[in-house]
Amino acid sequence: MGLKVSVKRKLFQVIAFGYSNVHLLNFKGGKIYEGKWKQFCNPGLNCYSCPAASLACPIGALQAVSGSMNFQFSFYVVGFLLAAGVLLGRFVCGWLCPFGLLQELMHKIPALKFKLKKGFLYIKYVILVVFVLTLPVAATNYMGMGKPAFCQYICPAGMLEGGIPLLLTHQELRQTIGSLFYLKTAVLIVTLGGCVLVYRFFCRTMCPLGAIYGLMNKISLYHLEIDKNQCVNCGKCAKVCKMEVDPVKKPDSPECIRCGACAESCPKGAICMGFTRSSSERFIHKLSE
Amino acid sequence: MGSKKKKLVSGITLAIACAFIWYGAARGEIAVVLNKAVNICLECIGLG
Repeated sequence: MGLKVSVKRKLFQVIAFGYSNVHLLNFKGGKIYEGKWKQFCNPGLNCYSCPAASLACPIGALQAVSGSMNFQFSFYVVGFLLAAGVLLGRFVCGWLCPFGLLQELMHKIPALKFKLKKGFLYIKYVILVVFVLTLPVAATNYMGMGKPAFCQYICPAGMLEGGIPLLLTHQELRQTIGSLFYLKTAVLIVTLGGCVLVYRFFCRTMCPLGAIYGLMNKISLYHLEIDKNQCVNCGKCAKVCKMEVDPVKKPDSPECIRCGACAESCPKGAICMGFTRSSSERFIHKLSE
Repeated sequence: MGSKKKKLVSGITLAIACAFIWYGAARGEIAVVLNKAVNICLECIGLG
């Protein structure tokens, strides 16, 4: 008997969290991993200043290259994001992102739960354009170097995974705490509070990586398909979707993280996920023969 | 988007992605990424 999709996904998330954060012993000394693996990007959001991190954060890497003296645009990181997006789309968010797993765990804390107003979903696109793509290139110093604005002013993952562990172990860093630190701490508190109240609050409202992969859901090879011949429009799939997507109406919604809850809930087995052509197409083909 | 058209767009995008990765690596972007990732990013931890 195969594992349920929800169990499989949890296993994937734990494994992805593990390979993203292999160097757990570094927490003790407050060091970060300095090896060659950090030239490769993690498909999910995981701060490279986290002592345990084994790979580079793609959003941090994108800003680092475009804000450097020699380059205005990162072909390497954009290429990586396009490849991950076209192969998997937001499957990365649902199955592979370490910060996604943290958000889901936060949401398990008992409290009132809220739905998200649709307008909030567009904030992440503004953050992507302004803080990730524009400011590192446009706001440069006399040497032509820009700062990673998203990491500097917004990213709560950096504060949680890198900031807190490093500040706890480095007295010299604690002495340099200023207004920026308090701003980022406030963003972290709002984000974590938001995640308790709203499912994947950061992912849906603020994450620039989610924005990129969401836009690529339309063309990603890993996709969701509805067998219209079997669907009875019972609405169960839309009801169980924590991302508030109706998979029958919008299987390629930028908000769908391919968690598979809809497929699991469908009484007719009309929803399938994967790389291959769906049973519905084969069914229609048979009928037409 | 039809299935065939979608596959074509996906294929072209994947080819562009591979070309971007190759070009970025060839012009030395990997060293910038590595250099940033192996040092504590002060901006990321709220001190920069």
